[in-house]
Amino acid sequence: MSALLSATGISKAYGGVQALDGCTVEVEAGSITALIGPNGSGKTTLFNVITGYDRPDAGEVYYAGGRITGFSPQRVFAVGIGRTFQLTRIFPRLTVLENMIIAAQHSGGFRGVAPPGRLSGGFRGVAPPGRHSGGVRRFRNPLARAGGPADRRRAMELLEFTGIAGHAGKLAGTLSYGQRKLLELSYVLVADPAIVLLDEPAGGVNPSLINQLADRIRELNAAGKTFLIVEHNMGFVMGLCHRIAVLDSGTIVATGTPSVIRNDPRVLDAYLGTATDDAEDRDDRPG
Amino acid sequence: MRAFLARAPQVVLRAAPPPLRWAASPQGMLTILVLAAAAIFPLAVTNQSTNSIAFQTLIFVCAASAWNIFSGYSGYIALGHAVFFGSGAYAAGIAAERWHVTGGAEFALLPLAAAVAALIAVPFGLIALRVRRHTFVVITIAIFFIFQLMAFNLTGVTNGTIGLNAPFLLWDPVTFDQRFYYLALGLAVATIALSWLIKGSRFGLQLRAIRDDEDRAASLGVRAMPVKLTAFGISGAITGLAGALWFFFIDQVLPQSGFDPLFDLTVALMAFLGGLGTISGPVLGALIIEPAQQYMTTAFTNSYLSQILLGALFLAVVLFVPRGLIPTVADKARGWIERRRSGGRGVAGPASADVRSSADIPASADVPARTDVPASEGTPR
Repeated sequence: MSALLSATGISKAYGGVQALDGCTVEVEAGSITALIGPNGSGKTTLFNVITGYDRPDAGEVYYAGGRITGFSPQRVFAVGIGRTFQLTRIFPRLTVLENMIIAAQHSGGFRGVAPPGRLSGGFRGVAPPGRHSGGVRRFRNPLARAGGPADRRRAMELLEFTGIAGHAGKLAGTLSYGQRKLLELSYVLVADPAIVLLDEPAGGVNPSLINQLADRIRELNAAGKTFLIVEHNMGFVMGLCHRIAVLDSGTIVATGTPSVIRNDPRVLDAYLGTATDDAEDRDDRPG
Repeated sequence: MRAFLARAPQVVLRAAPPPLRWAASPQGMLTILVLAAAAIFPLAVTNQSTNSIAFQTLIFVCAASAWNIFSGYSGYIALGHAVFFGSGAYAAGIAAERWHVTGGAEFALLPLAAAVAALIAVPFGLIALRVRRHTFVVITIAIFFIFQLMAFNLTGVTNGTIGLNAPFLLWDPVTFDQRFYYLALGLAVATIALSWLIKGSRFGLQLRAIRDDEDRAASLGVRAMPVKLTAFGISGAITGLAGALWFFFIDQVLPQSGFDPLFDLTVALMAFLGGLGTISGPVLGALIIEPAQQYMTTAFTNSYLSQILLGALFLAVVLFVPRGLIPTVADKARGWIERRRSGGRGVAGPASADVRSSADIPASADVPARTDVPASEGTPR
C-alpha cells in the first residue's frame, strides 16, 4: 500500500523547546493509524505542521504524491485533509446546522485535487496540490440563503450518521462536550476529506459515546476514509487502529500493529509506563 | 370536532405562501404595525420640532443598522463610523459646491456620498481589519481622529472650521420635514431589509462564523479578509448615505458635527442596547436613545448632562443587559411560555398520571402537524 499522507524528517522548535526532532510518519491510504505518546511528545505539534497551523523548521509533508509543506490551513483542508482539535473548535453562536453549512464552503466552488477515497462532490477537476492556488472560483450569489437544499440534506445526513441530528436547530454552544466532538467530526466530514486527523476524539467523552464514535470511524473507514488519530485512551486505540506510531520527545520510537506495539519494550518504557526501570523516566508519563 | 376547529386556522396558515405566514406571526404583525405607525407619523403629528427629532431618529436607525451589519455580525467593534458619516456629508457638500448643484438636484449626489464612503472603507479596512478585538477598536478610533483633523485642516477642500453649506431647498417649510422624514424612512427600511437579507445569507453566515472563530472559519475555506472588507464597505456606504441626507436636512456640516466622536459611541450603544447582531436590536436602540438624547439636549441647559447620562446608560447596558434588550426579553418570554405550558400539565398531572403516559405519544406526534414547534420543545425541561 502507498502512503496517502507522509511527514518526513519534521523538526519544529518553540524557543528552546525542540517539540519535533526529525519525526517521520506515514499514513497508508485506507488505514486507521494512531499516533500515541506521552504528553508533550509532539503529537499536536505534528498535527499542526501537517494541517498548516505551524510551519516546520525542517522536513516535508506530502499528500497524495504532492508536496503540501507550508500550505495554509485553508489549502490543506481544500486538498482533502480534515482535522479536529483537542479542545473542539466549533462555532458556539451558530446553530449545529449552520456549523455544518460553514464547512461546506468548498462544495462546487473550487478546482483542486481529487484525492483517493473521495465519496462524493466537492472538487472539480484533477490538479496536483501544488497548482491548487491557480484554481478558478465560480461565482455564487452571496445573498442567496445560506446552504442550498443539497448542502442541507447532506448536512442532516451526516448529523444523523453521528447521532446529533436531533440538535440541528440548537446553538452549538449549548451542546455537551461529547456532542461538540461529534459535531466537529460531522462538519469536517461535510467537505468529504480523504483523510481525517482526529486530536483526542475520546478525551473526556463518556464510554457509550466513545463506542459510538469508534463504530462511526470504522464505518467511514470501510467506505474508504483514512484516519490519523491522536488518543490517550489505549482501549480505544488498540481496538480501532490498524497501525500505531509512537512518538517520544519529538521522534518516532516505534511503529507497528497494535499487538506489536503492545509488546514493544521501548514503547512500554516511553509511554505505557509499566516497564522495568527507573525514576527519571517517570517524569515523562502521562498525567 | 373541537380539535378540528382548533387546528383549522393553523392548517390554513401552513398552506399559505411564506409571506402571508410571516405576516400572521407575532413578529410579522409587529413589524407591519411599526411600519404603518412610521408611515402615518408625520401626517398625524405636525409639530415641526417633533418631526425634526423623528427624522434624526430615522437617520440613526439607518446608521445603527448599518453599523450592526458590520460590527454586530462580524464581532469587530468599530468605533470610527463617523468617518463614513462625515465623509458622506462632506462628499455631498464639496461636490455641490464644485459642481454648483442647486435645489432638489442635490439628492442626485446621494449615490456619490455612498460611493465615497465605500471607497474610504477599503484602505481603512485593509489597515484596521488586520488586527482584532481591542487593537481593532483603538485603530478605528485613531483613524477617526485623522479624518476629523483633515476636516479641520484641509481648508482648501473642507473650508476648515467654517464648514460647508448644503444647496438651498425651495421647499415649503410646512412639508420640508415631512419630505425628509419619508426619505429617511425609505433609507431606513432599505437598510433593515438589507440587514435581514445579509443575516440569512451565506455571506452573513460567513460573517457570524468569523465572529465566533475567525481562524477556524478561514481554515474551513471562508475567505475572511474579503468577507470582512465587503461588510465594512456596505456598512460604510449606508452610513455615508445617511450622513449626506442628514447634511441636506441640517444645511451645514462642520468638522466637529460631521466627524463627531459621540456619533461613534452612539451607534455602538444603540446596537448594544437593542441587541448586538440582531436585526431589530439596533432599530429599537435608535428609537429609544436618539429621541431621549434630543429631548435632553433641549430640556437641560447644560448640554454635557445628556452626554453624562449617555455614558451612564452605556455602563448600565454592559452591567445589566449585556446581550441587549431584544435577546434578553425574547429569552424571558420564551421561558415564561414554556413554564406556563409545563405548569399547566403539572396541575393535571398527578390525577391522571397513567392517562398522560399513554396519551403522550399521539399528543407529541400531533404537535408538528399543528404548529411549527418541534415536539421536543413542548415537553418540560
